[in-house]
Amino acid sequence: MAVFSRGFGGNRTPSDPRIPPGQYLTEDFPVLSAGPTPHVDLADWTLDISDVDGHRNTLSWDQLMDLPSEEFTADLHCVTKWTKLGTMWRGVPVETLLGGTQSDAEYAMIHSYGGYTTNLPIDDLLLGNAWVVFEYDGAALAPVHGGPARLLVPHLYLWKSAKWINGIELRRQDKLGFWEGFGYHAYGDPWREQRYEGD
Amino acid sequence: MEFSNDLAVDGNAVAGPLSEIFAVDVTSAQVSCDSCGAINSLAEQFAYVGGPGSVLRCADCMAVVARLVKTPDAVWLDLRGSAAWRIRVNS
Amino acid sequence: MKATDDIPQAEQIADTPPGILTARPIQWRRAKLHDSRMETRTARTLVFDVPGWTEHRAGQHVDIKLTAENGYTAQRSYSIASASAPGRLEITVQAISDGEVSPYLVETMAPGDELELRGPIGGWFQWTEQLTEPILLIGGGSGIVPLMAMLRERIRVDSNAPFRLLYVARTPDHIFYANELYSIGQSNSDVIIDRLYSRAGLPDDPRTPGRLGLEDIPRPTFGETGSTRVYVCGPSGFVEGATQLLQSGGHQPTAIRTERFGPT
Repeated sequence: MAVFSRGFGGNRTPSDPRIPPGQYLTEDFPVLSAGPTPHVDLADWTLDISDVDGHRNTLSWDQLMDLPSEEFTADLHCVTKWTKLGTMWRGVPVETLLGGTQSDAEYAMIHSYGGYTTNLPIDDLLLGNAWVVFEYDGAALAPVHGGPARLLVPHLYLWKSAKWINGIELRRQDKLGFWEGFGYHAYGDPWREQRYEGD
Repeated sequence: MEFSNDLAVDGNAVAGPLSEIFAVDVTSAQVSCDSCGAINSLAEQFAYVGGPGSVLRCADCMAVVARLVKTPDAVWLDLRGSAAWRIRVNS
Repeated sequence: MKATDDIPQAEQIADTPPGILTARPIQWRRAKLHDSRMETRTARTLVFDVPGWTEHRAGQHVDIKLTAENGYTAQRSYSIASASAPGRLEITVQAISDGEVSPYLVETMAPGDELELRGPIGGWFQWTEQLTEPILLIGGGSGIVPLMAMLRERIRVDSNAPFRLLYVARTPDHIFYANELYSIGQSNSDVIIDRLYSRAGLPDDPRTPGRLGLEDIPRPTFGETGSTRVYVCGPSGFVEGATQLLQSGGHQPTAIRTERFGPT
């Protein structure tokens, strides 16, 4: 038997088609984390890309900066129900980073400084909707929001956009990351409200 | 590379959700870290909450000692990072 | 951080106040707002009638659950501000501008309105009258709330334990319980209340406004009732800073209990 709190509005029904089902709009940029915030020196930063055949390529920060990057706007949808529209970023498209890799990888496991992981089908990284970003709102990405660089995959719930990215592991078989397989959906499409396993 | 704990709260934050599983208040439970062996009360461990789930980390070495997720119809509990929990039940 | 090489013996583990570890299930209870008062322009004390509530220990908290008409729920934790009393408890809520729950509690909820709460929760961060050693309370911002419960409990049970409170707030306008703290300090010779301002203070303050520093921290005392036990509460950064200062000032890590608030 629920006790209703008079006047408590909480969740606003989205009338804006840019807001997926079950989400509410925020002007804030909430900071949520599974662990302490790493502070990585750019001189020490690396992005490790490993392919299915064992081939490994390690990018330094300077090498990342040498790659063509683009500025873009994205809407963010967190599984904890907040949505932030129109955020501005600069980053390198993941397909540029994975340019030289084999084609028989079907999945990727993303690794972060601090141990966080998340998994994605390879197409979600290669078809123009995923970047490794290093600037937010015109300034260098702050550690608390995932800097110096994070993954951004705006068409999936934000837990897939791994902060403090330091590795992309290409795989033939899918392997579930930190939250997937612990109650959360393996894919995470906000438009089909795929929050939890079984949704 | 350094880590900063400014987002951490303490284990008290997960006491409520944990009470749904344990049926008692476990904030004084002595939790042993599987990584470094340190024993601290649940209340003293570091908790990262508010995201998809709650992550409890060892106050001494920051390794994950427990995870908790609440879905609409279930609670997921992962105690793999803890070697032992000691919960007193007699007054 | 603690030394990890000495494994605590069974009797030394969890130096907790006696008698608090009963296996009592914690369930959601209905609570009705009875009364309220503003502590500052943006913080409000809410007084709830809670049928079935028997008692709590100073320092414990409750989980609050709000349910909207469409079934949407939100939960938050708040420290209990009042001393133990059957059927009634108080919390003090700081309104956070973009918050989901605190603006409702501070600006909208009216006497007669209801919510659900669960507790008391927290067997670690507590003061009870069995503890007779000197107590040092250090609160930052809304971290004062559970410490105020401890102070009020000390008065309620007429304890003789020497209490000292260091209350760090941005300005005098940010101070909760201002009048009550003043009268407690005036009428209890064993209770010392120090208000420290971090941004701007009063014209005749001897202390220059600023963050807590080593010179603000009293040294531990070692009396017949024991050595100083310390409780620190506030935002995570404040608690980390204060804990380091306490240790630099000679307080043992095992004598310090902390409770950190996060962003809500």
